[in-house]
Amino acid sequence: MPEEKNSILFRLREQGAGSVLLLLAVVLLLAAFQPGVLHGRNMANVLAQSAIVGVCAVGMTFVLLSGGIDLSVGSVLALAGAVGAWSCKVLGLPVPLAWSVALLTGTVCGMLSGALVAFGGVPPFMATLAMLAAARGTTLLLTQGYPLSGLSPSFYTPGWASVGPLPLSGLIFLALALAAWVLLRRTPFGIHLRALGDNPETARLAGLSAPRLTLAVYGISGTLAGLAGVLMVGRLWSAQPSVGIGLELDVIAAVVLGGTSLFGGVGGMGGTVAGVLVMGFLDNGLRLLELSSYVQQSVKGLIFVGAVLLDLALKGYYRKGRSRDA
Amino acid sequence: MTLLLDMRNVHKRYPGVHALKGISFALREGELHALVGENGAGKSTLIKVLGGVVVPDEGELLVRGIPAHWAGPGDAIRAGVGIIHQELSLAPHLSVAENIYLGREPRRGPFVDRKRLRDDAARLVAGFGVDIDVKRPAGALPPGEQQLVEIAKALSQNVSLLAMDEPTSSLSARETESLFRVVADLKAKGVGIIYISHRMEEIFALADRISVLRDGEMAGSAPAEEFDPEKVISLMVGRRMETLYPRTFREPGEEFLRVEGLSRKDVLKDITFSLRSGEILGIAGLVGSGRTELARCLVGLDGFDGGRIVVGGAPFVPRNPGDALRKGIVLVPEDRKRQGLFLNRTIRDNVATMKLLQGLRRGLFTDRAAVTHLAETSVQRLGVRCRSVFEPVFALSGGNQQKVAIAKGLAVTPKVLVLDEPTRGVDVGAKAEIHQIMNDLAAGGMAILMISSDLPEVLGMSDAVLVFREGRCVARFSREEGEPDRLSERVMAAATGGVAHA
Repeated sequence: MPEEKNSILFRLREQGAGSVLLLLAVVLLLAAFQPGVLHGRNMANVLAQSAIVGVCAVGMTFVLLSGGIDLSVGSVLALAGAVGAWSCKVLGLPVPLAWSVALLTGTVCGMLSGALVAFGGVPPFMATLAMLAAARGTTLLLTQGYPLSGLSPSFYTPGWASVGPLPLSGLIFLALALAAWVLLRRTPFGIHLRALGDNPETARLAGLSAPRLTLAVYGISGTLAGLAGVLMVGRLWSAQPSVGIGLELDVIAAVVLGGTSLFGGVGGMGGTVAGVLVMGFLDNGLRLLELSSYVQQSVKGLIFVGAVLLDLALKGYYRKGRSRDA
Repeated sequence: MTLLLDMRNVHKRYPGVHALKGISFALREGELHALVGENGAGKSTLIKVLGGVVVPDEGELLVRGIPAHWAGPGDAIRAGVGIIHQELSLAPHLSVAENIYLGREPRRGPFVDRKRLRDDAARLVAGFGVDIDVKRPAGALPPGEQQLVEIAKALSQNVSLLAMDEPTSSLSARETESLFRVVADLKAKGVGIIYISHRMEEIFALADRISVLRDGEMAGSAPAEEFDPEKVISLMVGRRMETLYPRTFREPGEEFLRVEGLSRKDVLKDITFSLRSGEILGIAGLVGSGRTELARCLVGLDGFDGGRIVVGGAPFVPRNPGDALRKGIVLVPEDRKRQGLFLNRTIRDNVATMKLLQGLRRGLFTDRAAVTHLAETSVQRLGVRCRSVFEPVFALSGGNQQKVAIAKGLAVTPKVLVLDEPTRGVDVGAKAEIHQIMNDLAAGGMAILMISSDLPEVLGMSDAVLVFREGRCVARFSREEGEPDRLSERVMAAATGGVAHA
């Protein structure tokens, strides 16, 4: 029976093994041209540079698994960073409180999108696209288009500090991913979430509350975008109103490269970590190769297409297509 | 003895369909109550009411004498009602164990107690005497095992009332036996069971009581001893021949299509028939008996792995519906909303869809005047009631939508028209009009293959009827063989495997 074979693939994909292979392939390929990629300091660099996309990607994994999408993370990141910086500088809140305000801003934004989806029946694409525009507009309004800088220096710590040789932001990303993995794989919430994205009707018949799950999922994504905003302010030593434009696409690409389906139900956190690092190594390696940034973009595009085709081949897509009329 | 379930005068109306017309239904502890009826008789709606999926418009539901007002499936589950739905409703990427306990996971603190989850699930599944790895994703199991998982899921809820909608339809003989053992255990524990099935031998082997639904009404209900298969079938079919079928029979013309020994793994076995111009060939059988699968093979939606199709004397292997179209074979599919129509587009655009592959062009562009003209003539010819051809199709009634779906196929003047459930969910008036259209087409020399679950319709309209069961053609009746009344019981008997007098 073909089912036997499928089941192993099924499980490998679910655990993100495909994306781990992809990660290894990308790293080895880049290293073949530019051995500097494998240098310890460079690897730490990659981790630091991946952290912001990574933190958002953890939230996005929840959203995609539930069958939704969140286009607003780039804007929410900018807004949360700006609100945090503003409350620290203008309101004079102590730094930990200002951080919390930033995270809370993200939570509120996420839950607003979530409420539109859960109770208003608005398609996730539109609800979060609206949030993308609204959050960016609010950011510009708040900052009048100027960067906010000169905050109490400790506000910046999470974005740039290191623990020994490792970047703090990267460690935050990995710790969050681990916590998220536990939430997804070890708690009822995780099972319910995956059930909702896998087969909404089954979830309903089992008595699960789709609105409550939806609200939670977008709330998580928003909160993590808020955290990414704090990291971003720390990295740039200022809250830039135009930061994070287009970031949502990098985030979605990383999660999907990690094997999570755009249609819900399939995927997981291990794959997302690998996907984020693939993106990080690509950016880093292509820069080290001193390719022009135009060429870098095109090469990235090619690798994306290649990754998706490889993924379909692993799933046996082409085999099935051909044997149909035999 | 307490009445476990007491349904009183339950009504449910959908737009255009009165699905339940005042059904009363009772179930005692430890009783197995079989519910039978043709497709569309209202069985599934009744089960949905019971499961809290559908709220009835009228009537009341008492569980152990207490009125039940359920807002959703969760309420029904908490009241001890377990439902095994006909369509498999597992989450394919969750594991078997996760599926069984979805929404009721055993916990240890904030976490899922994964060991208990696996052990409990394994114990339940082992009760069927089948070796299923509960850690595997449910979607990777073959259909029979998925069905067992569904059953295990319902059992895990400690139900006091269990409804099973055709639980054996995808089970092997051995799996069926284990299911029967489980059913006997449950009865002994006092669980009341509602059992929906089309298989007479099962019903008479298991049932304490039998109720027959027909057109949303209770056609008969009595202890099983008072029934025999013949009586059940005649109640299912009823005496509904009062509708006149406007068929003018005449000698069919030349053979146009011949199917020889057509087979497709697991769904079609050795189907042979021939179709002549001016002939209407009916195909009867239960849903899932291979009727729709045959239609899909004929137009190249699915491939086949044995036998052949001969069109106009030459073998023909359709690779896709476009191929079939070029040979003059067109399918009007069973689900008009999802397969047959573009609901948000206008009547005009729908009617022109297929014809645009062949013409209606002026140079590089669409000949818009010709398209509108085609739509207007079609609407007139089929009597579609609409304000104009620029009305979107979703605004039409079911019957008029169906006419538009047929018009789309007729626009390419096919030689063979395959109609899958041409009058499902259509009101009586429109139904008669569709029958008239079919008669006119046949009189004009078109060959029609009609798949239908509506027995009087199949018998009233067809020159000959094939009966399908489990992918095989198990019987063939021609119009000369008898009164439709008599024949309908024999067709139903052949379709269900019940033995009626020959």
